[in-house]
Amino acid sequence: MNVLVCISQVPDTTTKITVSPDGKSMNPQGVKFILNPYDEFAIEEGLRIREKFGGTVTTLTVGGESAKEILRTALAMGSDTAAIIKDEERQDSYIVASSIADVARSISPDVILFGRQSIDFDSFAVPSMVAELLGWPNISMVSSLTIEDHSVTAERDIEGGKETIEATLPCVIAAQKGLNDPRYPKLPDIMKAKSKTISEHPKSSAVRRVNVLDMKLPDTKRLNKIFGESDQELDEVVRLLHEEAKII
Amino acid sequence: MNILVYLETSPNGLKRSSSEALTAARALAGGSHITGIMFNGTPAAFNAAGEYGLQRCLNINDKIIEQFSNGLAAIAISDAAHAIGAKIVILSATATGKDIAPRIAVRLQAGLLADCVELIPSGDSVEAVRPIYAGKALIRVKPETAVVVATLRPNVFTARKTERTTVAVEAFSFASDKDVRTSVVVSTSQNMGTIDVAEADVIVSGGRGLKGPENFHLIEELARSLGAAVGASRAVVDAGWRPHREQVGQTGKTVAPSMYVACGISGAVQHLAGMSTSKVIVAINKDKEAPIFKVADYGIVGDVFEVLPKLTSKISAVTGRH
Ligand SMILES: Cc1cc2nc3c(=O)[nH]c(=O)nc-3n(C[C@H](O)[C@H](O)[C@H](O)COP(=O)(O)OP(=O)(O)OC[C@H]3O[C@@H](n4cnc5c(N)ncnc54)[C@H](O)[C@@H]3O)c2cc1C
Ligand SMILES: Nc1ncnc2c1ncn2[C@@H]1O[C@H](COP(=O)(O)O)[C@@H](O)[C@H]1O
Repeated sequence: MNVLVCISQVPDTTTKITVSPDGKSMNPQGVKFILNPYDEFAIEEGLRIREKFGGTVTTLTVGGESAKEILRTALAMGSDTAAIIKDEERQDSYIVASSIADVARSISPDVILFGRQSIDFDSFAVPSMVAELLGWPNISMVSSLTIEDHSVTAERDIEGGKETIEATLPCVIAAQKGLNDPRYPKLPDIMKAKSKTISEHPKSSAVRRVNVLDMKLPDTKRLNKIFGESDQELDEVVRLLHEEAKII
Repeated sequence: MNILVYLETSPNGLKRSSSEALTAARALAGGSHITGIMFNGTPAAFNAAGEYGLQRCLNINDKIIEQFSNGLAAIAISDAAHAIGAKIVILSATATGKDIAPRIAVRLQAGLLADCVELIPSGDSVEAVRPIYAGKALIRVKPETAVVVATLRPNVFTARKTERTTVAVEAFSFASDKDVRTSVVVSTSQNMGTIDVAEADVIVSGGRGLKGPENFHLIEELARSLGAAVGASRAVVDAGWRPHREQVGQTGKTVAPSMYVACGISGAVQHLAGMSTSKVIVAINKDKEAPIFKVADYGIVGDVFEVLPKLTSKISAVTGRH
């Protein structure tokens, strides 16, 4: 069973975001970039599928030169090969998805694994777009996955519950937390991964469908009224929630 | 400017997020330009949609859709968009909406505006504002395509009823391609009797400050007095005190309720990522330096074990809920 895992490089969750002089993007200066946390579940699941069925795991990212770092992490975890599609911008999910779909057509994997969402663009878009471009089924927010012969059974999180979904291979899966516990790469494997080659694929020729006009930091003004725990003060809080915030 | 709105139903009618979507559509175009689409719509759902000004609704009662499939749903909605000449297709950014909107966008060669918190009319199209970097920044995005697909973050757009309209329901059939290799929902399990944090209008969340799972009844009682859902920080979910479905934050759910009450939660960035767009934030923490107070409208510096029982009885006295 051949698996393609798509991973994305994102700013560390604790990054303080500032706006670039262009007014449309994040200022990357001093920002630490990491492997998108959800994509770790995707890599781990890919490795487990290979361990069970044999085959290969290819890891792919669409990003700039520095994104090779997360491919090295995937290689150290056990991915067989790694590939990059050079695209510094990647603000448009459709172009990212088209580039990934091109690679998928050329290597014909049985399963393509994604993370549930990228924590930079938070679009929840790339996996379903890739599935539609390929004419494949997809299952998103997957917290449990079983593959047997040519069928897939997965549980996915929905509001207030879970859904059980059945699909056929080839299939697109987007991983949610809880699917597995990602392994930590071992030091010798980290060293070995450094010298592995990373192949390069061309960016899709698709044209942009969405443009960013501007980027702002949210107006986080809050009332910041602070109270103590005395009865009187709690009465005041309840009064304000009732009369000022009109919430209760 | 014709707008197609995908309406999700619930056992009691229409999902609230769909009423919000209808209200948002009305702000962009007059009622006669708005068409709804439902799968296996019920009279209760059509009626509810009428309260939000819907005049025309396509209904798909195809046998093939009885078992919900995201791939087929996308085909159906795309076909409907073609049929009515929709320039804008609106869905809610629910688990289902987020899953099918990207497919519809690909089918209609449309730009996807995902997880919008604001829609801005622009000529005969629309621009949108959406949060990125877990809400730490907002971008304004503009589609470069003739047709646009937008998903709206639940609980952000206010649902407003309007003069009640009668909904003309039309059966709609689509060119369901039986060969489409697809995934189908074989079963659904609901957590009975609880409101999901992602859908709740008010949320009371507990963190490590509660000291142990046995003390979460304090959170549940306050939640009951407010008619709220219970949420949790990752620290308490990882500790196994609460189920993952209640986790709010970067690796949990993103919520935007009318009020969020954080109890014994420090306010780590990953937690704030999931709740900072809540309309009113109340924080209870014994450490007056806790970062949660920076985002709070009303902060109570105190011990949750003292504050929660008192606050619950005072709120119950106002709301009448016990
Ligand atoms: C990649 C990544 C993703 C993450 N995703 C999430 C996420 O989705 N959601 C999330 O919540 N976290 C997430 N975290 C974890 C986050 O960084 C914090 O560790 C977590 O939010 C802390 O939970 P807490 O506030 O309950 O606990 P603590 O940080 O331990 O805070 C407990 C608070 O309770 C207060 N307190 C203690 N006793 C009392 C008392 N008697 N009365 C009143 N107050 C009291 C303390 O002053 C303190 O402020 C993530 C972390 C990483 C690295
Ligand atoms: N630039 C990228 N390169 C490779 N995979 C990506 C990229 N962006 C997003 N993905 C994948 O798509 C998932 C969902 O991302 P998004 O649609 O941006 O929320 C991520 O978890 C990744 O698995």
